[in-house]
Amino acid sequence: MADITPKIGAYISIAKTSLQAVFDNLKAAGFTLIGPTLGDSAIECAEITQTTDLPIGWTQVQEAGTYRLQRRSDQAYFGYAVGPHSWKRYLYPPTLKLYTVDHQNGGFTVTPATPATPQYAFIGVRPCDMHAIAIQDRVFLHNGFQETDYKARRQRAFILAVNCTEPGSTCFCASMGTGPQIETGFDLALTEIPEIFLLEIGSELGREMLTGVDWWHAGAFELQTARQALTAARSHMGRQLDISALPNLLYQNLEHPRWDQVANRCLSCANCTQVCPTCFCSDVKDVSDLQNQQAERVRVWDSCFNLDFSHVHGGNIRPTNRARYRQWLTHKLASWVDQFGTLGCVGCGRCITWCPASIDLTEEISAIREEGTR
Amino acid sequence: MIMPTINSGPVPRVETIGDAYVPYPAKITHIKEEAYAITTYNVVFEDELRREQYHFEAGQFNMLYLPGIGEVPISISSDPAEPHCLGHTIRFAGNVTRAIGRLNVGDIIGLRGPYGSAWPITRLYGEDIYIVTGGIGMAPLRPVLYTIMRHRDRFGRVVVLYGARTPADMLYTAEFESWQAHDIQLHTTVDRADPHWRGQVGVVPMLFYHLRLDPRKTVVLTCGPEIMIRFVVYEALARRVPKEKIFLSMERNMKCALGFCGHCQFGPSFICKDGPVLTYAQIEPFFGVEDF
Repeated sequence: MADITPKIGAYISIAKTSLQAVFDNLKAAGFTLIGPTLGDSAIECAEITQTTDLPIGWTQVQEAGTYRLQRRSDQAYFGYAVGPHSWKRYLYPPTLKLYTVDHQNGGFTVTPATPATPQYAFIGVRPCDMHAIAIQDRVFLHNGFQETDYKARRQRAFILAVNCTEPGSTCFCASMGTGPQIETGFDLALTEIPEIFLLEIGSELGREMLTGVDWWHAGAFELQTARQALTAARSHMGRQLDISALPNLLYQNLEHPRWDQVANRCLSCANCTQVCPTCFCSDVKDVSDLQNQQAERVRVWDSCFNLDFSHVHGGNIRPTNRARYRQWLTHKLASWVDQFGTLGCVGCGRCITWCPASIDLTEEISAIREEGTR
Repeated sequence: MIMPTINSGPVPRVETIGDAYVPYPAKITHIKEEAYAITTYNVVFEDELRREQYHFEAGQFNMLYLPGIGEVPISISSDPAEPHCLGHTIRFAGNVTRAIGRLNVGDIIGLRGPYGSAWPITRLYGEDIYIVTGGIGMAPLRPVLYTIMRHRDRFGRVVVLYGARTPADMLYTAEFESWQAHDIQLHTTVDRADPHWRGQVGVVPMLFYHLRLDPRKTVVLTCGPEIMIRFVVYEALARRVPKEKIFLSMERNMKCALGFCGHCQFGPSFICKDGPVLTYAQIEPFFGVEDF
């Protein structure tokens, strides 16, 4: 049936080995493929070219403050949850040159940077990360000011999403309504079932990338298997977060004693903000040569946990761990709603896994909920 | 430091993210030392078109830039009716402001703006206006005074309550007479007097005790140290001034001034775009929360 072109919205099935043909189509269309791959003792996002670059047959154990790679008993392509990297680093790079200032002949010239926009195909975007991208869209595109670099990268990006059938033990997307199934925004959405990838076609471009790929209309049994896997995933979330009464729950408990307890554990290391797929704070710095004849103005990721983040001439607005942790959590789960009409958390669990002090925001919220003012 | 001229940017091209951050060259035309380590710099855009197109409202701020050193948010302290020459009253506190302190007339700095919300001038028509400030908090309110002096008949009673650490720290003292000549009442106080000081000693909110104000037609505009603002608000509330008519200018660390770098957040507000001028009603739930 490969001669009949599938339509947008159709569910089709392909053999797992056919995924390479999709990759080849993407490469031929000029995309740089970014996908999960075995990196520095973790499943990271990096440039890939072949399906064999994927961590086939690998999974991981995640817990608060713990991440360990592990072999699987099968050869699943996507049998793991999210790692430390999110797609944020490709849409909103950690370092971006804004302009160059040159001193010459007693004058200086400002030259805005004209960064080339990479054309990325994101392979294996999980539902939580799809929602994270949608949240960053609101921050960078629908907030009065348009971040043009983000916009260009975002518009050119191809998204091959992957439904989550094996959530990690720090995941809580089901609580946040952000997973484990992808609803919208993808070019292709893949569900891995034994021997087969079930694909939902989300866009014209997604359909084009199936050119020459052997496919068949997904059968009832395949669809049912995928549905069952997602239903099971929904009930296997390692964590839960009750989002009822947010944001007011936090606004009404700004002086809760729990902030002091968590501050005693928090190292203010900023790991949570760096792995978070929605955190967007940045700093702007000058990098000059020793004679200050040429300077570059560079935007870099920043974190509300950094001491000088809130620095004004009189000192720091938030000088304590307590103030900074409260700012972070209150922003994520309260003021974000006022600012962008959505919570700033998608339940990916990265901040729990990558916290060296094993701080778990779901625990913090429950503690405030149980003992706090309502 | 000899600051060379900035040549204008390259030929028109596609808008990039850098554009939003690009500062435009402006020449320092006048420098006036106001107090110890506080100086007013008047600057004029080098580019004529930019000079003509630039307008600001009282209370807004600019980002001032020195290449290789950095950028600082500074309130515009001059007359909004004369936007071709922009006054910035700067305290030398950090590395950028200290470097600005080494500049001379004729030197060039980078400037982008204006940013942020403004004092609600048209809502002040017919009202009694109480301008309550401490120290360099006077700077963002000076444009309001210029506007009032230009159209004095549009406003009711105008009272300035102004405090500084010492008499020598008081800004714009040379202009006090001109304010008073325009029927602007001025009450001053200092934290520590010197032998020549014959006025009030004490904190700014205490100056409210000199006044009998009519809450039905009173608007309070305040800027200064956050602790001062807090007690000014309490004094105003105690006199039944409605929350919506207490305006304050907040200070936070503005880095991008575009509303997305996150540095200047105060609860739900980005001070760079939702502020710096806010009503007390807008921030009441977070007002006075320590380290928030």
